[in-house]
Parts: sequence; structure tokens; C-alpha cells
Amino acid sequence: MNARGERPILEIQGLSKQFGGVKAVEDVTFQVAPGDVFGIIGPNGSGKTTLINCITGFLKPTRGSVRFNGREITGMKPHRIADLGVTRTFQIMRPYFSMPAYKNLVIPLSSPRAKRVGGWRGGGRHGDRNTVAVDILEELGFERDSRVPYKIAGTLPTGYLKRLELGRCIALRPEVLICDEVFSGLSASEIASLVPLIEKLRDQGITIIMIEHRLRELFRVANRVMALSYGEKVVEGEPLEVIDHPKVREAYLGSEEGFTC
Amino acid sequence: MAQARRKERIDRGIKVRSDSIYALSSWEEIAYLLGPRALLIGGFLLLPVVLLPSPYWSRVALSVCVVALLAVSFDFLANFVGLVSLGGAFFYGIGGYMAAVASTELGLPPVVAIPAGTVLGAAVCTLLLVPCLPLRGIYFAIITLMYPLFMTRLIEATEILGGTEGFRGITGFSSRWTEQYGLIVVTLAGVFALRRFLAEDAGLVIRAVKDNDQAVRASGINVTWTKAKAVFVAALFGCFAGAYYVHMYRNVGISSFALDLSIMPIAATVIGGSGTLVGPLIGALLLVPLSELLRDFGSLRIVVYALVLTGFVVLQSEGLMNFATRKYQQFERWVRV
Repeated sequence: MNARGERPILEIQGLSKQFGGVKAVEDVTFQVAPGDVFGIIGPNGSGKTTLINCITGFLKPTRGSVRFNGREITGMKPHRIADLGVTRTFQIMRPYFSMPAYKNLVIPLSSPRAKRVGGWRGGGRHGDRNTVAVDILEELGFERDSRVPYKIAGTLPTGYLKRLELGRCIALRPEVLICDEVFSGLSASEIASLVPLIEKLRDQGITIIMIEHRLRELFRVANRVMALSYGEKVVEGEPLEVIDHPKVREAYLGSEEGFTC
Repeated sequence: MAQARRKERIDRGIKVRSDSIYALSSWEEIAYLLGPRALLIGGFLLLPVVLLPSPYWSRVALSVCVVALLAVSFDFLANFVGLVSLGGAFFYGIGGYMAAVASTELGLPPVVAIPAGTVLGAAVCTLLLVPCLPLRGIYFAIITLMYPLFMTRLIEATEILGGTEGFRGITGFSSRWTEQYGLIVVTLAGVFALRRFLAEDAGLVIRAVKDNDQAVRASGINVTWTKAKAVFVAALFGCFAGAYYVHMYRNVGISSFALDLSIMPIAATVIGGSGTLVGPLIGALLLVPLSELLRDFGSLRIVVYALVLTGFVVLQSEGLMNFATRKYQQFERWVRV
């Protein structure tokens, strides 16, 4: 139970990951409550992505446990964890480059989870998944009547690829969505159009974890933030508490200088 | 100074129109779409009739189908699943032995023994290959290359499955027509069925594994299981070829695991065009008769064969099918830069 008396949807307990002698993540403990937008910040190399990889099964943690809805998921295969409803985007975008954008979503829509809990209309027939895929893309800001949803994914600009990554997760009707730097590499106006999207997903009841470098934009949506430095948790709390924390400033700026936020 | 020019490729109008529903608006466009397919299917179906006077060349036509099946299996695994298989001989041999056992030990007629050998053989191949499926890289190639060698030595050493003698007295086909058309029809149906399957959502998932397996994992799909299913499909093609062939020659031996059966299909795929599934069929249609004609050269056969292959790789590396498709669908012109 957390301070608000809610049962956490995700509990990370004493999680560590070592690569040989390098401690990428060291004894990190935190909880995410249902409906949270939980931000994870930290300088480059502070272990954010490794932490996500451990939670989603792409890496096996050296120590510690991950619980989802009270169920132990530590060390499960990535596809099993995604099947339970914990999905993630990749920092390095991984669309199916040779396929049209909408076909990229037909793949998650063909997954066992989408068939089971998806509730997308017409789970079975070939044509229907294509329609659902275009529906999802439209929600994500792909103009339905333009040619964009039908373009080969490899030819799309970064902004659309980021949305496609999100689409791949949304197609699974996730309970937890982990976004690994969705804002990075985007212009301010592109981010401005993504923020309402994140808010919309939150309002649909999806718990969101966001790894982010763009703090100003992150703090517009996040209600809790955790800061990592050198693989260790520095502080966790309300966005403003975290940003004012001396150790966070030190980790980012290495001094007491002003912090741009 | 010479004017800088580049070649511009533009889709033919008829290609663009027949991509959509308008395809059905005129006979011309229907013919444009169906023509190449009809030519291929019709050509293959006519082979037994045309080659009727020569039993030898009739048999060669069936060898074409066998190599084509193995080549399609290779093309599918390499270019749609992302697994480079050097195991044509493995699929072929296992299918052949399974069918032989079904025929000689259980006394099943060809119409039962061939499908049984195909399905059981494919299941056995898949089970044996599953351990290397979670690995990426060249492991699959190495293992598939090793298995046929392993099987040969195993059979030699332990005298199982008839030892070096193999099995004889397998029930043959009732007539020459059955024998010829059985294989040709299944080969064609198999290729077109595979093309259709790859266009379906299940086929799309398989292709996605090749593009990007991490994203498939993150979509809650078991990649190893998906690959296993794909290997099973590919093995069905190879095992069918083996199962059919032993019924044609009415015997089976360790030569069913010969390396030729792994190499020839790859060559056919390269010549015909990788990633087209139909290309390997065309490649086999050229390569197998060529290889027969070269028998006159005696031991120089392999030299000539290798030269032809090298020539193809250097001069026409995209393969005949990709080249022909481009010519059929697009016209080219030089434009000034």
C-alpha cells in the first residue's frame, strides 16, 4: 500500500543489475500506483533503460523482484510480461521498416493478448485488423485520409515513428505503458502534440512510466518522479520536490548552478 | 563533358491501375495480372505431355519440382523468417525415410505414406531444430548443415533404418500420369499457398520476426514458437519432396542426405530471385536441366556449373524473377540530371 492507500500496480523491490563488474542498477525500490504517470529521470548512463529492461524481461535482474498486480514477474520472458499487460516502447525506435505503418500494428493486434482482452472489433478476420490498425493510428495523429498510415514505416519521419511505437503498445490494450524517451529527438511542437496524447492514455486508465530527459515536458504530465544517478535511486516524490533536490541538481549539473526547468 | 544522366523507373499505368479494384475493369488488365501466373502454371502442367516421348526428361522434370520445393523452403526461411538454412538435405532425407518406413514397415499405400512421411518428418525436423531457434546469427545455418552429416554417420554406424542398404520395395505409383501430376500439382499449389499464407496476418507476424524480433517480443508474441511454426512449414516442403521421391524410385538410402540437396536449391534461389518464392521455381527449372546437360562434360561438369553460377551472381545478382518483375511493372528512361 502506498501513501494514498492504493494497492500498487507495479512494485520494484531491491532491483539490481550488474554487467560483469559494472553495477548498472543498484538496489532500486519503488512502487507505481494505478493511474500514475510516473517519471524516471537521470543523466545518461544512470541506469534508466537497464531498469526498464529488467522490468519488462529483456534483461534478467541480478537481484531483486518485480511484481505486477501482486504477481511475481521477475525474470519472466518479455513476451509473457507483455502478454500480462506491461508494454514498453524502445528508445531506439524499432518499427518493422519494410512494412506499411498500419501493418506494423497488425502484428500486436495478432498477439494472444490482443485476441484475448483486446476487445477490438472483429478479432479474427484479416480485413478487420487492418481497419483497427488504422483506427489506432488515427487516434495517434496519423491523418486517416492522408497517405501517411499506408506509407512504408522506414520512410516515416521520427515524430510518426515515435507514435508508431506507442501504437504498438496501445494495440495490446496495456495496463502499464513504459515509454523510453518518447520525447527525445522531437521538436517542441511535436512534443506539444504528444503530451495531450499521453494525458488521454492516462485518462483511459493506463498507468504510464516515462523515462525522460525533457524535464519541462515530463513535469507537465507526471504526478510522481524518481531520479536515478549511477544506478541508484536518489529521490522520489512530487515533481517539484524532486527537481529542487540538491542531489538531483548535482547529478545533472555537477554543481549548484541554476537548473533549467 | 558528357551530360550526367540517370535512369528513371516509372510504374506502368496498367500496373498502377491493376493494383486496386479497377483491376477488374477490363480484360486487358485481368490478362496483365493473370498472364504471368497462367504462363507458369500452364507451362508446368504441360510438361508431362510435352515430355511424354522421353521418360528420361520426364524424370528430370520431376527433379525440377523436387529442387524447386527445397528451394522454396530455403527462400521462405531465409528471406521471410530470417533463418539461413543449409538443411535442404536434412528435410529431404527425414521425409524420405519417414515415408519409406510408412510404406515398407506399415504397408501403407503412397497416398497415405507420402502425407504421413511429410507431416511426421516435418515434426521431427522441427523438434530437432528447436534448440537453436532462440539463437540469432549463423547457428541455425551450422546446425542445419551438420544434421544431414550426422544422420548419414548415425545410420552407417548403428545400422538403424536399414543401415547402408536403406529400404527397398517401396510401393510405387499406379501410373506415370499420377506420378507426374501428383508432384507438379502439389509443387505449384504449395508455392501459391505459401504466398497467400505470407500475405495473411499470421504470415505477417513471421515476416515481422525477420524485420525485428525484439518488437515482436514486446508485442506479447512468442518469437521462438513463431519461428518453430515457420520451420515446420518449411520442413513440410522439404519432407514432401523426399517422401515423394522415394516413392518414385521405390528405394531410399543414405544418399538422401547428400550435400547436393542442400546446395542445389540455394543456387536455384539465387538464380531465380531471392524473396519471391516463385523465383526459386524458375531457378530450378533452369538449373536442373542445365545440370543434366552438363553430364556430357564428365568431371568438368562442376566447373561449368560453377562458372554459370558465378556469372549469375556477378551479372544478375537480383535474380531472374526480380528482374522480370521490374521489367514487367515499370518502364525505364534516361533523364538528364
